[in-house]
Amino acid sequence: MPEEKDRKLVIFAWSGDMDKVWPQLILATSGAAMGMETTVFFTFWGLFPLLKNDKAAGRARRITGDSWMQKMLSLMNRGGTEHLKLSKMNFAGAGPAMMKSLAKGHKVASPTELMQMAQEMGVHLVPCQMTMDLMGLSREDLIDGLDEPAGATTALLEAQDAITLFI
Amino acid sequence: MSTTMALTLDLKGLSCPLPIVKTAKAIKELQPGDLVEVLATDPGSVPDFRAWARSTGNELVEHANLDGVFRFVIRKR
Repeated sequence: MPEEKDRKLVIFAWSGDMDKVWPQLILATSGAAMGMETTVFFTFWGLFPLLKNDKAAGRARRITGDSWMQKMLSLMNRGGTEHLKLSKMNFAGAGPAMMKSLAKGHKVASPTELMQMAQEMGVHLVPCQMTMDLMGLSREDLIDGLDEPAGATTALLEAQDAITLFI
Repeated sequence: MSTTMALTLDLKGLSCPLPIVKTAKAIKELQPGDLVEVLATDPGSVPDFRAWARSTGNELVEHANLDGVFRFVIRKR
């Protein structure tokens, strides 16, 4: 059996690109399956996949925030796991659509399914409070079942005796 | 110890990480010592089940390749 040090996994999810969100969630669910106490800390662009999907929230588009800049940001960066962009070959959304179609054909779980599975497996999903404030996002804008929003100190303390990944 | 399967999981066609994640989730409901049979077609699941067994302490009792279908028998820790 591995040592205690290897029994914890902390992932710093700083990117909201589809090609980063996928490995974040695949590694998180796998860590939990291995019995590791797993935490994902979602920060900056990485926070946006935690937003409720527009369709699930019963709306056409999300408009959040107080200032005009935050409102404009919400329109330009949709958020949620259903509208992720690729960091390469995005082609105005055609790339992700093709990637989703390929994934479906190969029975690769979608980011939406993996996010739900992570929750079912007891993965701690922690939104970054500072990013929420900066981007004008409230707890109600994010999906249910998350841990309390926290800061860098909480994340670093959690990472002290854990395997730490920065994705 | 029992030699009959407490559960069979048909995970054919599923890709990484689903065979492992679904197995880990399913065996939570079982008793220590229970046997689980897992059927998968993802070739990556062979090293992954070995690593998972090593990491969790669940015993990989046997695994075989039956015409492209990987059959794993796991004894819950």
